[in-house]
Amino acid sequence: MLSVKQNEPLEFTEEMLGKFAEIVTRYPEGRQKSALLPILHEVQANYGWLSVPAMDRVAAYLQLEAIEVYEVATFYTMYFLQPQGKYALEVCRTGPCCLVGAERIMKHIEERLGVKEGEVTSDGLFSWRGVECLAACGYGPVLQIGPEYTFYENLTEAGVDKLIDELKEKASANGQSPIANG
Amino acid sequence: MARKLLLTHIDVPGIHTFEVYRQKGGYRAVEKALKTLTPEEVVEEVKKSGLRGRGGAGFPTGMKWSFLAKPEGVPRYLVCNADESEPGTFKDRYLMTHIPHALIEGMIVSSYALGANTSYIYVRGEMMPQIRILERAIAEAKNAGLLGKNILGTGYDLEVYVQPGGGAYICGEETALLESLEGKRGNPRIKPPFPAVSGLYNCPTVVNNVESIAATVPIINDGGEEYAKIGIERSTGTKLISAGGNLNKPGVYEIELGLPVEEFIYSDAYCGGIANGKRLKAVVAGGSSVPILPANLILKTLKGEPRLMTYESLADGGFQSGTMLGSGGFIAYDEDQCIVRNTWNFTRFYHHESCGQCSPCREGTGWMEKVLHKIEHGHGSFSDIDLLVDVAKKIEGNTICPLGDAAAWPVASAIRHFRDEFEWHVTNGQEAQARNYGLAHYADPLEPVI
Repeated sequence: MLSVKQNEPLEFTEEMLGKFAEIVTRYPEGRQKSALLPILHEVQANYGWLSVPAMDRVAAYLQLEAIEVYEVATFYTMYFLQPQGKYALEVCRTGPCCLVGAERIMKHIEERLGVKEGEVTSDGLFSWRGVECLAACGYGPVLQIGPEYTFYENLTEAGVDKLIDELKEKASANGQSPIANG
Repeated sequence: MARKLLLTHIDVPGIHTFEVYRQKGGYRAVEKALKTLTPEEVVEEVKKSGLRGRGGAGFPTGMKWSFLAKPEGVPRYLVCNADESEPGTFKDRYLMTHIPHALIEGMIVSSYALGANTSYIYVRGEMMPQIRILERAIAEAKNAGLLGKNILGTGYDLEVYVQPGGGAYICGEETALLESLEGKRGNPRIKPPFPAVSGLYNCPTVVNNVESIAATVPIINDGGEEYAKIGIERSTGTKLISAGGNLNKPGVYEIELGLPVEEFIYSDAYCGGIANGKRLKAVVAGGSSVPILPANLILKTLKGEPRLMTYESLADGGFQSGTMLGSGGFIAYDEDQCIVRNTWNFTRFYHHESCGQCSPCREGTGWMEKVLHKIEHGHGSFSDIDLLVDVAKKIEGNTICPLGDAAAWPVASAIRHFRDEFEWHVTNGQEAQARNYGLAHYADPLEPVI
């Protein structure tokens, strides 16, 4: 995963720019602003979050004012405006999941990771937060992990422990350093 | 055995692939529509079918289509609403995951009927796996000549694109969805003009739910009249129901409209009863926005008739004793669930998801959340309960979009039907922290409240 400092300008890779160009072709001429949400997802998938320089760069690419990007990035909950853990666990906290134990699962994650909602573990590997209904109410409790948004359903405490252990192993096997905190 | 129209081949291995879907008769509706029917005839079949919008509003799909303005030289758009975010609802995710080609086929048929040459499927961003599945399905269909230029040699051109959302419940509202698709914040537009006149890029646009679009496939294959034979009165055809909460077999079920609610909850062919041998306390029948009903009123209407899974039967009794089919998000609550806590949870959801344009919704949902939090945590007073009713009333009908109503109804109905439980939280604040109110007298039929 690429890293970014809060205030340093950055350049997107050729690969990212190629992807952006393909996205823009989906809309009529002059309507390239429609590409904003998909492109922000691409940027977040590459950097882990949306920094101001990254958003400014998107604005320049789409020929938008920077504010047009900020107002979108701040409206939609999927976009992270702060660095997250390499694995950002998002647990559904809405009614139907709570009927089958979502609150218990969130408490367990908080204890297991030792960080509060929205905080990042000291090794940079994990962060977590409650999110609103993920449209998986028949399989609750559920959590998702970006950028692929892999789903983990019918969660139990033991299942969460296993998942966290597996992610830790995966991270050390890859030998990747956690994303840098801006 | 109940008829299935959308999930007929759900158990066939590989049905998510083009090859298997085609072997099972897939894309027959595209061939039939494009080769033998005019666009007007397709619209006519959908009108005859009686299909009503499956996203929640229940507006007749054929009628919605017939409102589409057709000025010369202006493109028209079909936009599929796959922003499925209504708590309790997960049927569209299921359909897109397992039978993505049913949606793509429906997109082609519907776009042809509307004269659209570019269509978008707006999928909530969290469903990234489903977005990949749909993109693959589109590529497969294109490869087979069912999308792109001159489809099946008929001269009809169509491109379908998948657009991810960014995580916002409000984008399920059609004009907020269009704003979002244009790369803006999801603030609902003031209507009129309706999207049928000025929608995406100010062009005439139809926005339909995933399930509505997929339903056009069996309608074209078998004819609108055949489709209309299923169901009761103005509730025709089949409906996908997302069953969640405290049920033995939660999941997505395709039912024929008209199925008794009792059979749906307790029959082994469906939900198989309440989990862990407990008793049913309450049901939210159509997604979190619709009024919650206690067990007795969801099983039977106030007149004592069995409640059926239809738009009309679920609404029987109005807001006094009825509810709505909505999106088909069916949430069952067992005897150990706390109605106050659930209402607080839902209200927090609406507060979080309010776009903030209209003050009754922006401020009202926040106040309701605070007051409910207070009651749930043992610090409420009796006047707080009346205050909630008052705030809910002042939100309802006073906002640009239906999110205000959606936030008000769960609160109003919870207090209407479970006022005792709210009062118990006030009088027994300490005890309410340690245990739940339980089933109380709601196990037995209520006295009429009219």
